[in-house]
Formats: sequence, structure tokens, C-alpha cells
Amino acid sequence: MSQDITHDEVAHDHHDHDHKPKGFVKRWLMTTNHKDIGTLYLVFALAMFMVGGAMAMIIRLELFQPGLQFVEPAFFNQMTTMHALVMIFGAVMPAFVGLANWMIPMMIGAPDMALPRMNNWSFWILPFAFTMLLATLFMPGGAPAGGWTMYPPLVLQGGHNVGFLVFAVHMMGISSIMGAINVIATIMNMRAPNLGYLNMPLFVWTWLITAFLLIAVMPVLAGAVTMILTDRYFDTSFFNAAGGGDPVLFQHIFWFFGHPEVYIMILPAFGIISEIIPTFARKPLFGYVSMVYATAAIAFLSFIVWAHHMFSVGMPLGGSLYFMYATMMIAVPTGVKIFNWVGTMWRGSMTFETPMLFSLAFVVLFTIGGFSGVMMALAPVDLQYHDTYFIVAHFHYVLVTGAVYAIIAGAYYWLPKWSGHMYNERLGKIHFWWSTISVNVLFFPQHFLGLAGMPRRIPDYSTQFAEFNMMSSIGGFAFGLAQVLFVYIVWKTVRGGEKATAQVWEGAKGLEWTVPSPAPHHTFSEFGPVDLSKLANGEKFSILSDIDEKDDKQK
Amino acid sequence: MSEASNDQYYVPHLAKWPIVGSIGLFVTFMGAIQALNSQTSITPWLMFVGIGIILWMMFGWFGDVIKESEEKLYSTQVDTSFRMGMIWFIFSEVMFFAAFFGALFYARTFSVPWLGGEGIGLATNETLWSGYEGVWPTNGPADLNGRFEIIDPYHLPLVNTLLLLASSVTITIAHHALRANNRKQTIIWLIATVLLGAVFIFFQAEEYVLAYRDFNLKLSSGIYGSTFFMLTGFHGLHVTLGAIMIAIITIRVIKGHFRPESHFGFEAVAWYWHFVDVVWLGLFIFVYIL
Ligand code: HEM
Ligand SMILES: [Cu+2]
Repeated sequence: MSQDITHDEVAHDHHDHDHKPKGFVKRWLMTTNHKDIGTLYLVFALAMFMVGGAMAMIIRLELFQPGLQFVEPAFFNQMTTMHALVMIFGAVMPAFVGLANWMIPMMIGAPDMALPRMNNWSFWILPFAFTMLLATLFMPGGAPAGGWTMYPPLVLQGGHNVGFLVFAVHMMGISSIMGAINVIATIMNMRAPNLGYLNMPLFVWTWLITAFLLIAVMPVLAGAVTMILTDRYFDTSFFNAAGGGDPVLFQHIFWFFGHPEVYIMILPAFGIISEIIPTFARKPLFGYVSMVYATAAIAFLSFIVWAHHMFSVGMPLGGSLYFMYATMMIAVPTGVKIFNWVGTMWRGSMTFETPMLFSLAFVVLFTIGGFSGVMMALAPVDLQYHDTYFIVAHFHYVLVTGAVYAIIAGAYYWLPKWSGHMYNERLGKIHFWWSTISVNVLFFPQHFLGLAGMPRRIPDYSTQFAEFNMMSSIGGFAFGLAQVLFVYIVWKTVRGGEKATAQVWEGAKGLEWTVPSPAPHHTFSEFGPVDLSKLANGEKFSILSDIDEKDDKQK
Repeated sequence: MSEASNDQYYVPHLAKWPIVGSIGLFVTFMGAIQALNSQTSITPWLMFVGIGIILWMMFGWFGDVIKESEEKLYSTQVDTSFRMGMIWFIFSEVMFFAAFFGALFYARTFSVPWLGGEGIGLATNETLWSGYEGVWPTNGPADLNGRFEIIDPYHLPLVNTLLLLASSVTITIAHHALRANNRKQTIIWLIATVLLGAVFIFFQAEEYVLAYRDFNLKLSSGIYGSTFFMLTGFHGLHVTLGAIMIAIITIRVIKGHFRPESHFGFEAVAWYWHFVDVVWLGLFIFVYIL
């Protein structure tokens, strides 16, 4: 290993490398730079967030009153289906990959992602995949309308769009798998030589585990949709009882993917929250190691609980019981995490900047989603909840006030590092309160609707559901508008504003805060030991990293 | 940052192949969709254009990597990244096959017996498919596509098993020869491996002809036909790809690429080949014999 360099030296010594390629094509289409690719991912995710959001507005508009007002039922079904697909595969997942691209190399002292060219490909598949998927909206017969879960036989009746749906999902899968491989190779192979596994920031840890989940389940989804394709076009009988197959088989394969998938969308969020709360509580994360174990435990459990989505489908009693107990077990490691976040804040000297506000809301509101999850995990009562608005309330609490809130929190937290400017704190706070009040007006009444029996994915409902639906729709429009404000804030910050310091946040720990803001095009271009005292968990576990270092020397 | 020393990680600049690859994928899939959706059967020319673009991309991309590798731009650390990439790629392939094996096991242990009235399927069987027995192999209670016979595992499939096992041995011998810097031996054993793979594919095709022509066993023969052809078909596709990859490796050895102590491309292909081999063993046991 070469001389012991610190990051500031690297940062000042970048005259050689810091020229960005000129011209749009070279800079963005052909880039191999993790920061540029991260930016592409984030911009793409934001665009898809708006597209998916527009669809949600149409859904809430139609549900504003009972009866059919604005759209055809068939189009309504296309909206619910496409909204979910766009939000899951187009907004949340790419946003997390974008954050991974930007932050992981900087957090572990790596010059870039391990496989930079493949990194470019992972991203550039996505715009094509979504062109393919969204194009179906403008075709005769319209977009897929059988739900994002793509259950046969309904999905097979989609006419021409089945092929588009299947191949778009294939492309998203290819992109995710390559992205995940890159994350794993980067974390395992590109850490600074003295940075041990237990020195890694929690965001890096959660992404490492998420990447394993992705590689394990995206191919399974690919298999499932391939069977849809051949059942639709090549007369196979995977899901056709007349030929000895079974539509329920699809549900098993799909949820074997689907449940880990929901954790793919929440584990990186856990990581972000675990970065932000210690910063603004000015205390190290409580129970770092238990956080790592809890994440791993959740990931493991996520593989063995899938049929809790299928209690009402018909399953042998033993199966129901097993999946019920296994599912409830997930609440244990999840509880560990929530306890640790609260423990981190305990007696901290807290301040409440926008990222912290979103993180606090995350802890409270995600927990509500977790609680409704445990309710639905009870097989006998899930027969009542299943396919009602209760489910919709559950997964929006975990996904909107969970995953999306974490992404927004992360965006506010790192935006100064990316852009070099501070965002407008007052606008940020307005965004937070506006979002948080409206999101609860939007989703909380849906619990009651579901308990009273209102089914999901239906454009009309009986009149006793009218009040809560109107309330929910008003909340929905307000929440949608709040996100336009978010786009405005981000735009303003990127364009200019108060200069950010390298440290940005007083209590922040981690290598990313040792490089200037905006982060230079290339950071850590030379491998070398990093200053562990700058890391949140640098010194605590330095014995381990000493061993690592000795290992390296022997080689 | 383009020069490599041990402390520098080679980060390539200006990658043009990924975007070509994305366009290739897009065109291929659009072509496939067009062909699938057209009422009359048309030649999927657009798909072939797309595949052409993908092949161009692969030649270009791998060509760049090979060039950089021969220019010794890669440190051992880059090599490790490649290794991890290949290992996890193969793992993703394993999971893809797992979905289809899962479908096979599910059909055999659950859905077919249930349709036959076992356990929770009693009422279904009596009201919907009364008289259906639910024994494997089956094309389902509606007898889709009519009576069929199945392939005898101890003829072609057994030969194919031996062929693939032998090819695993030959590629290992080639690997040892490469490590001993014995190029001639390496080339001979690599060619043997490609030939074994080719014969395998030939027999597999032969088996399909037999199934379709003589046994009335088709993709549309219910769940048996579905699982049989999809599993063996995807496997055959992987053998074909693997054999092409080994052929390219052979050409590279002939051209003087690789060093006894560093030949990741060779190893990656060998891993892939072993993976294909293991999948076949699974197929032979669960699809053909049991
Ligand atoms: C303690 C943790 C959790 C438990 C026990 C739990 C349990 C459940 C159950 C039993 C269902 C099926 C309900 C039904 O359809 O009848 C469900 C649905 C769902 N959950 Fe959770 N969940 C938990 C956490 C999460 C998290 C963290 C996410 C995502 C970030 C999530 C996302 C979803 C989604 C998207 C659905 C609906 C899928 C659909 O039918 O479209 N859940 N959950
Ligand atoms: Cu689940």
C-alpha cells in the first residue's frame, strides 16, 4: 500500500482527474462515474415518482365520490396496476440504487463502483424498460390492468399488453441484478484497506444485504413472468388447471419474490434512517451490531413467510399456521430496530432539521404500518382484511411513510453534499409538515374503510364509505401537491443557494463528510487506509480492522 | 486514472457499449412482442436485428475488456471484482432455474394430486374433474393435446448425462494444462469440450424431434409438457451459450491470450460450464428418472 493519504489531500489533489467529460452524450450516456450514474438514477426515480403520482391522483379523483365519475372502470384498473409497477420498479427501487451509487463508494473510501461499465448499463436499461411499459397506455386495449401482482388467469386476458409487461419486467430484472452484483462487489472488494466490515456505516450494511435479496429473487420473478408469457403465447399449462397446472402456483412463485421484494424496498430505508438519527441526536447509533444482525435476520425471514399473502387462497391448515407464526417472527428484529432508533435519541441533544423530521416521522409511521402488518399476519383475521383497503393502508404506511420518507430524508440529508448548496430549511419544514399531515389524512381513514369491508382495486363503492373516501382523496391531492414543492426545493438547491461546508451537519460522522461539497467528480482515486476516527464506528471496532490490515500486509 | 499500479483501481472512461446493449435489448424484445402479437405468423426480423445489436455489443464490450486485460491494466483487485461478478451472476441463474424446478415440484406434489381428489382437492375433483386420477406424468384432467409418451431416461438422456460429465472432466484437464503452460494440451482438451457440448445439443435436438414426431409430447401437453420443455429448453440454451463461450476461449488460447497464473476469462467460462452441468444432473434426476 502507498503512503497514508487523508481525504482532504485527495480532495485537493484532484486537478488531474476532476475534469468531467464534455457534452451531453459523453457526460451522461457513456458515463462510468458512480456519482453521475447515481444522479441519473435519482433523476429518473423522481420523474417516475411524478408519473406514478399522477396516476394516483386519477385513482383518488375517481374515488372521491361513490359512483363512476371520471374514468372508465377498465382505465381505473390500468391506473392501479401501472401506479404500483411504476412506483415500485421505477421510483423506489431506482432511488435506492441511486443513493447506493452516490454514497457507498464515498462511505467506504472506494474510487468508484467495482464494475463501472456495468453500472452504466444497469441504469440505461431502465428508461427503455419504462418506455416499453408506459407505451401500453397508448395502445388499443390499453395498459396491463390485472394488478401489479400479475395473477393469472386475469393477467392472461390482457390482450396485447402481456408481452410488453413481461419483457419490461425482464428488463427491470436484468437492471436490478446487475446493480446488485455491483453493490456486492463494491462493498466486499473495494473498501479502504483498513475499513473492516464492522466499521461500515449502516447504510452500506443494509444495502449489502438488500443486494443479496435482489440477486436471489429477481430471477424468480423473471421465471414467473416467463411462465405467464408461455402460458399466454405458447400453450403451456403452468397456471391452467385443465392441463394439470394451478393458478395458485403463480402466487407462490410471485410471493416468493414479492415478500423479499418489500424488504428490498425497506432495508436501505432502515440504513438511511440509521445514518440520519445519530447525526441529529449527536450520539452514536445505539446497538450498531444488533442492527446488523437484525437486518440479516429480517432478510433471512423474508424468504420463508411468502404465503401470508395467500391466506384466503386456500392452503392446508398446517401451511396457514406455519406462515402465520413465521410472519409474526419478523416483528421481532423489526422491533429491535425501532428500539435502537429510539435508544439513539434517548438523551441526545437533538435538533430538528428537515432530514431529522422525516426520519422521526418514519419511525412513528412505519411502526403503524408494521402493526397493521402483524394484524394481517393472523391467518383467521386476514380472511377479513384481505383485498380490502386495510391492506392498502398497511402497505402505504410502510412504503410511503416508510420507504419514500426515508428517500426524501436521505435526499435532504445528502443534497448539500451532492450539489454544494444548502436547501431552504424553511421550505423543507413546510414540505415536511404539509406532507406528514396530508399523508395521514390520505391513508389513515383507509384502515377504517378496509375494516368496514371496502374492497381494493374497485372504482366504485357503496355509499356508507363516502365520507372516509372523500377525506382520503383530499389528503391525496394535498400530498401530491406537497411533492411538487419537493421538486421545486430540489431544483432550487441544485441551481444555487447558500454554500455548504464539507461537514454540512454538525453531528455527522462518516467519510462522505470529509470530502468537499459538492463532492469532487472523483473521490479517493487512490486506494489507501482512511482515517477511521472519521467514521461513526471507526474506532469501536478498530481491533478487527487491525487484523484486516495485518492480513493485507501478509499478502 | 487509466494506468494501473497495484494501488490504482482501473476505472474505464466513456463506455459506449452499455447504451448499445440497452438499445439491443429493447429492439429484441419489441421484435419478439411484435411477432407474438401478430395474428399471422411473421418472421420476427426486428428481433433478429436486436439480437444482432446485442451480439455486436458483446463482441465490442468483451473485446475491450480483453484488450485492457492483455494490456495488463487490471490489478488483482479488479480481477476479484470480476470473479465476484461472475459468481453472483451464476447464482442468479441458479435462482432462475429454481423457479422452474419449483413449478415442477409444486405440480407433482400438490396441484396434480389435488386435481386427482387427494386431500383438499376432494370436492374439486368430484364436481369438476370426476374420474381424473392425477398421476404423473400427466397433461391434466382435460387431457390437453391428447395422449403422449415420455422419453426413456436410459437412452438419449443417459448418453447426454455421460457426455456432459465427460465435458466437465475435459475442461478441468484443459485448465490444468493451462496452468502448466501447456498450450497445445489446453487447446486439444478445450476443443474436446466444445465437441462434447455440441454432441449434447445435437442429441437434445434429436430428442425434441422424437418427442414431437413420435411421442406426441409437446409444449402444449399439459403441465408435463410445460415443465419438460421449459426446463430442458432453458438448459439447452445455456449449454449452447456455454459451448460458444468455450469456443471463444479456445480461440483466445490459440491467439496466445491468458497466462498460467492469470486467466480469469477461462475460469469464468469453466464455472459456467460446471453450473450447466449441475443443472443437468438435477434435470436428469427430477425430470427424466423420477
Ligand atoms: C412486521 C412487518 C410486516 C408484516 C407482519 C406484514 C404482513 C403483511 C401481510 C400479512 C400482508 C398480506 C395481507 C393480505 O393481502 O391479506 C401484507 C401485505 C403487504 N405488505 Fe406487509 N408486512 C410487514 C411489513 C411490510 C413492509 C416493511 C413492507 C414494505 C416496505 C410491506 C409491504 C406490503 C405490501 C406492498 C403488501 C401488499 C401486497 C399486495 O397485495 O399488493 N409490508 N403484509
Ligand atoms: Cu409479505
